[in-house]
Amino acid sequence: MNGELRIRTPEGITFAYPLAGPVTRCLAWGIDMLAILTLCSVISMVLGFAGMISPDLAQASMAIVFFVVPVAYGIAFEWLCRGQTLGKKLLRLRVMDADGLRLQFHQVLMRNLIRFADLLPGFYLVGGVSCLLSRKAQRLGDLAAGTIVVHHRKTREPDLEQLLGTKFNSLRAHPHLCGRLRQRTSPAQARLALQALVRREEFEPGARVELFAEMAAHFKSLAQFPPELLEAMPDEQFVRNVVDLLFRTGEAKARE
Amino acid sequence: MIIDLPRFIAAERPAWTELEAILDDLALNPGRRLTLEEARRFHFLYQKTSADLGRVATFASEPELLRYLESLVARAYADIHETRERGVRWHPLRWLLIEFPTVFRRQVGAFWMSMLVTLLGTAFGAFALLLDDEAKAAIVPAQFAHVLKDPAQRVAEEEAEAVNPTSGAHATFAAQLMANNIGVSIKTLALGMTWGIGTVLMLFYNGVILGLVGADFIAAGQTAFLVGWLLPHGSFEIPAIIIAGQAGFVLARALIGRGDRSPLAARLRAVARDVATLVGGVAVLLVWAGIVESYFSQHHQPRIPYSLKIAFGIAETVLLAAFLSSAWWRKMGATR
Repeated sequence: MNGELRIRTPEGITFAYPLAGPVTRCLAWGIDMLAILTLCSVISMVLGFAGMISPDLAQASMAIVFFVVPVAYGIAFEWLCRGQTLGKKLLRLRVMDADGLRLQFHQVLMRNLIRFADLLPGFYLVGGVSCLLSRKAQRLGDLAAGTIVVHHRKTREPDLEQLLGTKFNSLRAHPHLCGRLRQRTSPAQARLALQALVRREEFEPGARVELFAEMAAHFKSLAQFPPELLEAMPDEQFVRNVVDLLFRTGEAKARE
Repeated sequence: MIIDLPRFIAAERPAWTELEAILDDLALNPGRRLTLEEARRFHFLYQKTSADLGRVATFASEPELLRYLESLVARAYADIHETRERGVRWHPLRWLLIEFPTVFRRQVGAFWMSMLVTLLGTAFGAFALLLDDEAKAAIVPAQFAHVLKDPAQRVAEEEAEAVNPTSGAHATFAAQLMANNIGVSIKTLALGMTWGIGTVLMLFYNGVILGLVGADFIAAGQTAFLVGWLLPHGSFEIPAIIIAGQAGFVLARALIGRGDRSPLAARLRAVARDVATLVGGVAVLLVWAGIVESYFSQHHQPRIPYSLKIAFGIAETVLLAAFLSSAWWRKMGATR
């Protein structure tokens, strides 16, 4: 249901940010509220001790803390932690400029000050409705500040070695068939096979057997490997060998 | 064609790692300026990684690698294509003394609008009191219950007090005033997002209270007390709320976009910095107003003569007017 924001750079490259939905944002806000309450409680305890020296100054500090902390919490965290408060960090959300540019301080300030309008008439109703209606899932504060909230994804390089291992691949004994298979397999089909292997443990045993049987049949139809080679090879192993062929060429293997 | 991923990663990884290191460095040191050579290298790595992303998106099928490269390109894109200033160190004094009056001048039309709504509210409050004795009780909120008293009686009581009732709690009172007034200002600004309707209501209501209380004291012959009590802090507090209304109207104007054909996001983006500056200036004015109200305004004759309080208030008003109009003076000086 949540959309994504696609940005096309002048270099002609397109990248996408998955937009955070109202429910995840609401949960992050709940966590932030708890953090604010905790912070206020701790500070008021400390100020309670300071009250023994000057009750007036302690009371004044408390009045300021209870006003400043809820307002400044979002501003300080989002500015210093590059768009993330504690709640957003835990739920892997991040505030970003709506054009994919760097977040500016005045944007952080604005989206946090306009929160008052988003809270109206209570329980973030205006903000929630605005978030649902907006194409970029923006509450009023985001709209005014030109910001969006996105899912912050893990960015690590793929580990093919761990997935495919270094076992001998008997299909490689037929380089012309391997070449044909590579030629006839589309990137989308290769992606499907790779993802099926990555997620193999998540399938029900019956569904897993059925899925790999279907995939193996498809790849076998693309390149006719000798039947004696395939005879003792389970479907899942065949798909694993195919993925190995598709993503690792012979030269790379030889270098290893 | 499908890319040989391990070979592709092995060949391109050094460039990605180098780009990531530059991006991390820029994120940790926002004020850092790259040398020409560094900037060229940064741009080269960005383009190289963009090209890799293009290849991966077209020929490979590995979502993790795609996401990794997307993330790198997105981060570099934000740094390379950003034209707004960020690395410049923020100078609080320069911001307050130069930028705030400049923005005030640039958006002065919204200030006059805000002032007009407040004056209409004040006139309404004054007329309401003159026309109906019960208007005060009906309009004034519970938090201002002390205002409901007969003005002459209140003046007599407060002048008879040997010490100020907030004595010993000045700091607390000042803090409460600051928090309350800054809160009201933020609401007035934020309600600009209701196409300005909420801002109009807030300003008008503030004006009504002001007019009602003012007319009540004047009608009771307590003008000296009223001016001596209100002017020292009101000379900053009232303009601050009006400037908050100004910020709200700037937002509302961008939202409505009358006579401006640019998209809504572009209109709001264009005024966001000005609105933030105005509200920051308002907060500073209200901190001063809170201190004055707690430590000075609440002390009445005979402890502090009204003439002194009024003179102090007039001096503050003149200084504030000179400060807010300083951008005009600077512009006139520059054109000479």
